[in-house]
Amino acid sequence: MPEPEIYKELTEVFRSVFDEDKIVIGPETTAADIPGWDSAIHLQLILATEMHFNLRFRTAEFEFLKNVGDFVALIQGKLAKR
Amino acid sequence: MSQLSWLPASQDPSADLKAARSLADAEAKLAAAIRLSGFDRDFLVTERIDKLATAAMNAGAQGALTPVRLAVLASHTVEHLAPGIRVAGFNRKLALEVHFTPYGLYRQSILGEDADLAAFNPQLILFALDGSTLPCDLPIGAPETEVETAITRWIDDLRHLWRGARSKFACQVIQQSFLSDTPALFGNFEGLAPASSGSILDRTNAALRQAAREENVLILDIAWQMPASVDGIPVLDPVRWHHAKQLIHPALAPLYGDLVARVVAASVGLSRKCLVLDLDNTLWGGVIGDDGLEGIRLGQGDAEGEAFLAFQRYVARLGQRGVMLAVCSKNTAEVAEAAFAQHPEMALKRDEIACFVCNWNDKAGNIRKIARTLNIGIDSLVFVDDNPAERAIVRRELPDVAVPELPEDPAYYPQCMASAGYFEAVSFTAEDAARGRAYAMNAQRAAALEQSTDMEGYLKSLEMVMLARPIDKADLARSSQLINKSNQFNLTTRRRTEAELNALLSEERVVSLCVRLADRFGDNGLISVILARSDRVWSEDVLLIDTWLMSCRVLGRGVEAATLHVLAQQAEALGARALIGEYRPTAKNGLVKQHYSKLGFLPISPPEGAALDATFWRYELGGTLPEHFIRITDAVHA
Repeated sequence: MPEPEIYKELTEVFRSVFDEDKIVIGPETTAADIPGWDSAIHLQLILATEMHFNLRFRTAEFEFLKNVGDFVALIQGKLAKR
Repeated sequence: MSQLSWLPASQDPSADLKAARSLADAEAKLAAAIRLSGFDRDFLVTERIDKLATAAMNAGAQGALTPVRLAVLASHTVEHLAPGIRVAGFNRKLALEVHFTPYGLYRQSILGEDADLAAFNPQLILFALDGSTLPCDLPIGAPETEVETAITRWIDDLRHLWRGARSKFACQVIQQSFLSDTPALFGNFEGLAPASSGSILDRTNAALRQAAREENVLILDIAWQMPASVDGIPVLDPVRWHHAKQLIHPALAPLYGDLVARVVAASVGLSRKCLVLDLDNTLWGGVIGDDGLEGIRLGQGDAEGEAFLAFQRYVARLGQRGVMLAVCSKNTAEVAEAAFAQHPEMALKRDEIACFVCNWNDKAGNIRKIARTLNIGIDSLVFVDDNPAERAIVRRELPDVAVPELPEDPAYYPQCMASAGYFEAVSFTAEDAARGRAYAMNAQRAAALEQSTDMEGYLKSLEMVMLARPIDKADLARSSQLINKSNQFNLTTRRRTEAELNALLSEERVVSLCVRLADRFGDNGLISVILARSDRVWSEDVLLIDTWLMSCRVLGRGVEAATLHVLAQQAEALGARALIGEYRPTAKNGLVKQHYSKLGFLPISPPEGAALDATFWRYELGGTLPEHFIRITDAVHA
């Protein structure tokens, strides 16, 4: 899946999880940029992403994500392996 | 298969949520959230419905929901399950306030001091423990006796917690069963090695159910009720466990939440009572009006016919455990009756059907008629029909009726009914098992009334015997069941858990009565519960009738008057001069608005702090009591 499309779909996931239609994400977006992004929401975000793209993150991949750019790269890598 | 597969699918939940959020009125917003809770939904939509409802409730919306405070005391992380529990509650008419005690401190919360829990004052406490709390640290070679001893000791410890919770909060206790969260060490031999995790888990769950029955604790039996996985999502996921000590996979929160909500709903009397069945392609294959008695597919020799037979057997078993059965079908009545009378393979018998409605009118109207005939609320009904169009109409016309999304293949019908959890019980008594027969007897009584020319003659001819006595331990379960489910003949609709009832009975100046009625057609079982007690709002020489409720199946037979005789006698024995009656109107109890006036009580002005709209009545003791034709006894008859 091309990167812009992943951003587009991931935006929908973010909007659902935060229940906020105005959220915009980019490569540099971090937890500090979105109000309410705590550890519980983080787990939801991971889960919602897994379900949306039908993929699984490994135990070690849950936490070490600097920003949305890293996250998208991880998703793209997993989708490419299929 | 989705996790709430018996609920209809939503077309576009995001659009529905968006529309609901834009509603200005808080009540309308909550109503929309409640409506959305009735669709099949994933964890994310459930989270969003929860946010919507929470916002509406914070703005003062209440909806027609029963508020219940549930505390979850867990050995692991459960906070992620709260939205699933609350939203499932909406679909079962509950406004669940959920409180969590700090992770892993369930023991201290009960045995020590927990100011937050005390302030929350739970009506129900759910103990949710995981396998790591089990006595699994025995050496793997430990003999069976040692394992048994360890499990018994462990269960005793749990009993101690249950009793502590109950005595501290007068709450109903719910215990979650254990899921198998340890991979087998022995493979197929696991169960043959007494100290293996699998063996210990199995034995513990069995011992847990036994102990729960003895202690009047309810079981949230996830070991039996949760499938191992849904849609490829495992209930137990070690990734979630290692990350956040989540026992239940967060994606399955809607299913887990529904299991919790159905137990809570049952404990406050909100389980469904009656199953209304379509006939063609629901109880048999084919259309009896077109295919004829020989043409329908039912019974041995045809795979689909066997599937329908299996469903009939399941339905008949539901009837035997006390679920009322009714038929609502578009058919010519004689043709449909003939199937019951003449088809050799029918497992369901005509006399097991309490109400049989076959005509060509619309089903919503017929379902209303069934509720009226059986004297139960429309929200006690489940309507089962293979035809999606009929289901859609009934859902639209009667949103309070539960209408499961029946699978296309009849082989899955029983499974669908079982997973939907409409008929959860908090007890199972001999009366439940006899209820089906009770309705058949009522039909005979109605025939007797038609033959008799005057009311008095009819009442005398019934040869009624009433047994009224104080509620004792043996009556507790059944009395509290009646307290929690009677809606129509219920003067105050005060709900009480078994524990709350027990606490009230130990007060000093209390008259409690549980009333049974038998007549020449049979035993009606426990039909009325009355609680009268001193109340500090009133002077010491009067008793306030806190609760007076009666089963509608004995209406119009003078039971109220006969009961008043017993109540008056008991109140006088306590030195009371008068009785105070209270009527608190609800959407369903209009039937008893004039109850006290009919018995000769006189209206008085409500005391300060009385519920809005409540009316109050006074009855001076020592005068003439109203007439009745029932022989009263306080002896236990065989």
